[in-house]
Amino acid sequence: MTETAEETAPRPETVDLARAFEESGTREVLRELDEEMIGLAPVKSRIRETAALLLVDQARRQMGLATETPTLHMSFTGNPGTGKTTVALKMASLLHRLGYVRKGHLVTVTRDDLVGQYIGHTAPKTKEVLKKAMGGVLFIDEAYYLYRPENERDYGQEAIEILLQVMENNRDDLVVILAGYADRMDRFFESNPGFRSRIAHHIEFPDYTDGELLQISEIMLAEQNYAFAPEARAAMADYIGLRRHQPHFANARSIRNALDRARLRQANRLFAEAKGPLDAEELSTITETDLRASRVFRGGLGTDRARVAQAAE
Amino acid sequence: MRLTQGTFSFLPDFTDEDIRLQAQYAIDKGWAVSVEWTDDPHPRNTYWEMWGHPMFDNPDAAAVVFEVNECRKEHGAKYIRVIAFDASPGWESIRMSFIVNRPKEEPGFRLVRQEGEGRSVRYTIQSYSADRPEGARYA
Repeated sequence: MTETAEETAPRPETVDLARAFEESGTREVLRELDEEMIGLAPVKSRIRETAALLLVDQARRQMGLATETPTLHMSFTGNPGTGKTTVALKMASLLHRLGYVRKGHLVTVTRDDLVGQYIGHTAPKTKEVLKKAMGGVLFIDEAYYLYRPENERDYGQEAIEILLQVMENNRDDLVVILAGYADRMDRFFESNPGFRSRIAHHIEFPDYTDGELLQISEIMLAEQNYAFAPEARAAMADYIGLRRHQPHFANARSIRNALDRARLRQANRLFAEAKGPLDAEELSTITETDLRASRVFRGGLGTDRARVAQAAE
Repeated sequence: MRLTQGTFSFLPDFTDEDIRLQAQYAIDKGWAVSVEWTDDPHPRNTYWEMWGHPMFDNPDAAAVVFEVNECRKEHGAKYIRVIAFDASPGWESIRMSFIVNRPKEEPGFRLVRQEGEGRSVRYTIQSYSADRPEGARYA
């Protein structure tokens, strides 16, 4: 019955964008994005632009000016640990509130989830994943692994073909987000022009600055009910400066790992040193020594290995 | 003779949108939806051929419509139904089942009489189309 009511309802003559902005909950999501994510200014402005575009498009459809669903597939490029997955989650909830996807869930997959191991295994596997993602957002992490030019019998090609077909035919049903390192994604798009033309929004994620990483580390600790001792905060700042120039630096993810190890050392220290009962503050304070003990201050991962190798000789 | 089995079978044929809405209802109830097909429409033929796995963790019914259409490509001239399985303890059974595709020609059933001892007669029905071998029953 509701359908017929919609059909017979007269088209509105004016559209209140501000009200649509409020009512759809878009403001809510954008505010969350602003508050929960540190830095990432270009990403935030791109998402705000996208949200505006979608709101206007929705209004145009209400007035009968547009009928087609716009292409919403996106690519997120950036170094590891720059918040691509987290932003994808927010994106899914944004698209859900605006009514572009029905359920708004995020399905995160990598090559392993899409590509099979023998002939005839890939198609059902890819379709299974696509079905699971329908009504929501499919997030393909490190998408360039799908395409392996060095092996022409690689099953990745098959997954790509199915993916492209569904991206085109089931545009109303799911939104695909491809993510990965900038340079390798560029090469991936060059060798798969079909993808490039089907993706409307390319969003680049910049690296975090040292100050932003320090802020992130404090938020991460606060989430787990830990806090830095005053000197520890300075040690963390030093740590970030040093860690950035060492290999395998992964922005916020490196910070998370560093904090996990610091908690480990803190637990060890409490165990070794504690004579009497401990209070809540002692249990939740990360001190300078917990951080300074890190290998990063002694030249990084490489130095330890070299020393072990030397000792072995 | 139009086959009437399961839910909604006295209604006109469902459109894809109708199928989606009904399947979404089942999914929202927490039932696992799956697609099955057969060319033996006898009412006691409970176990139809499965088309793919039951979709236990698909939150959206677009996947069901997608599979129904895939199944139609292969078995468009046969019966296809969508069933919803409720796995919750105490039920563990089909809660909903409806036909979404049927052959163009449905020849129906013949009544078969069997003479028993004395003057008793046993009755059964037999599908006209089931005379032909499996796979060749409908055009």
